[in-house]
Amino acid sequence: MTENPTTPAPTLIFRTTKMLHTASGHQLLDVGFQLKQGSILALYGPSGAGKTTILRILAGLTDTATGYIRVGEDIWLDTSHHINLPARHRPIGFVFQDFALFPHLTVRGQLEFALPKKTDRLIVDELLSMMELEELQHRKPAILSGGQQQRVALARAIARRPRLLLLDEPLSALDDEMRYRLQDFILKAHRSFQLTTILVSHYLPEIFRLSDEVIVLENGQVRRQDTAANIFLEEKISSKFRVTGEIIDIQPADIVCIVSVLSGNNIVKVVATAAEAAALHIGQKVVVASKAFNPIILPL
Amino acid sequence: MIDWSPLWLSLRLAAFTMAILLLLGIPLAWWLAYNRARWKAAVEAVISLPMVLPPSVLGFYLLLAFSPAGSFGRLLDQWFDLRLVFTFPGLVLASVIYSLPFMINPLLAGFRSLPPDLHEASRTLGKSDWTTLFHVLLPNMRASLITGAVLSFAHTIGEFGVVMMIGGSIPGQTRVASVAIYDEVQSTHYRLANHYALVLLALSFTILLLVYLINHRYNKPKSML
Repeated sequence: MTENPTTPAPTLIFRTTKMLHTASGHQLLDVGFQLKQGSILALYGPSGAGKTTILRILAGLTDTATGYIRVGEDIWLDTSHHINLPARHRPIGFVFQDFALFPHLTVRGQLEFALPKKTDRLIVDELLSMMELEELQHRKPAILSGGQQQRVALARAIARRPRLLLLDEPLSALDDEMRYRLQDFILKAHRSFQLTTILVSHYLPEIFRLSDEVIVLENGQVRRQDTAANIFLEEKISSKFRVTGEIIDIQPADIVCIVSVLSGNNIVKVVATAAEAAALHIGQKVVVASKAFNPIILPL
Repeated sequence: MIDWSPLWLSLRLAAFTMAILLLLGIPLAWWLAYNRARWKAAVEAVISLPMVLPPSVLGFYLLLAFSPAGSFGRLLDQWFDLRLVFTFPGLVLASVIYSLPFMINPLLAGFRSLPPDLHEASRTLGKSDWTTLFHVLLPNMRASLITGAVLSFAHTIGEFGVVMMIGGSIPGQTRVASVAIYDEVQSTHYRLANHYALVLLALSFTILLLVYLINHRYNKPKSML
């Protein structure tokens, strides 16, 4: 590879091809991207698009047909030169979707196990305090709540001071309030340990809050790589008022229907005709848009 | 007066067998649980053979193999000065082969019941396979370890056919409790036979009770085999 000396080298260069065998058949994953040090990247796309596979390839848990991974100056994978650093030699932190905590270890034990030999144990106390786990440090995972387990998994992944933090739908098992708190924990950890973070998510509020960049995956390929605002908020360009959300209720009222749309933590009520409402159903993802109108701005 | 030496010999044989099987069984079951080689099925079949073969068949072939008249037995005799027929080391080796499935199968069930991402989580934390095995996998399958150890111990105590073929009945050497019972019945010493039999019955019941209690305590009922 030739580098242009005037531009700083990106932290992470990733390229891979691999056949995916999903429920809907075979599909070629053919993906390449670059990522700057210290940023948070969200991988977004329908299930089966290869999001988790990308994380697993980065971690060295899944093999690829061809691939190239460079982190800073270190090459982790280069199939053309038969280089493939084993998972345990890659400085990563991986938070699994179901946390994968060790059932026999206490919270403190999980963190201490994660430390490389002969490293300072101070980071354990620092992480326990940062993740607000001090009072739970002598408990085992089975008696922790989902949110607590998530914090333990996050702290355990960071304990060995990884260069790359990989989060596989880390908050999918939690309710909205808990998600919001844990997003704070992720941001806090990301900043204090100067990590480069990649997370798989299909939850837009989370992506907006956490990510610097989003990669939209579709059919095993990168369809777009841009900021969340540029990808999901097209009204910036067309200057329309536009909200995306999910229908949570459809109530008939006289001759019209009131459709309630949940967007983030807000509910927007929209009037629809019976015919329009017939085409909608609860749980559907929709856009609420309005073209020519005068928005009213009120101080909160 | 009851001669305790056959019972003592049975316990000693079972303890040796169990210890060797633990050392042998953990890496073997680990390999079987995570390896995807196609010929793995053949290895599994060979390991389970003692469960279906009449013990006399196994004993017969071991007798042929260990006999100093055969090439393998002669090799051991000449090079290592080791005689396996009608000796205690021969009994231990035969018992290890005979009780292997009783160690391997509970361990295999234990490995397979562990969530696969425990292994992966340990790898992403920079740990070697060895560290993962001893600090993550085994501590989370204690019930399987205890089940395998206890069952292989109990099964060794209860063996008769293999011991008879390969060990004969040399007092203090190869005359274990099960063989002693047979001998006493042959010589119509029913009282003495009954003593040995009662001790074995009580021992076997206690051991099995222990296994079930442990399995209930860990709240993960596993099949015995």
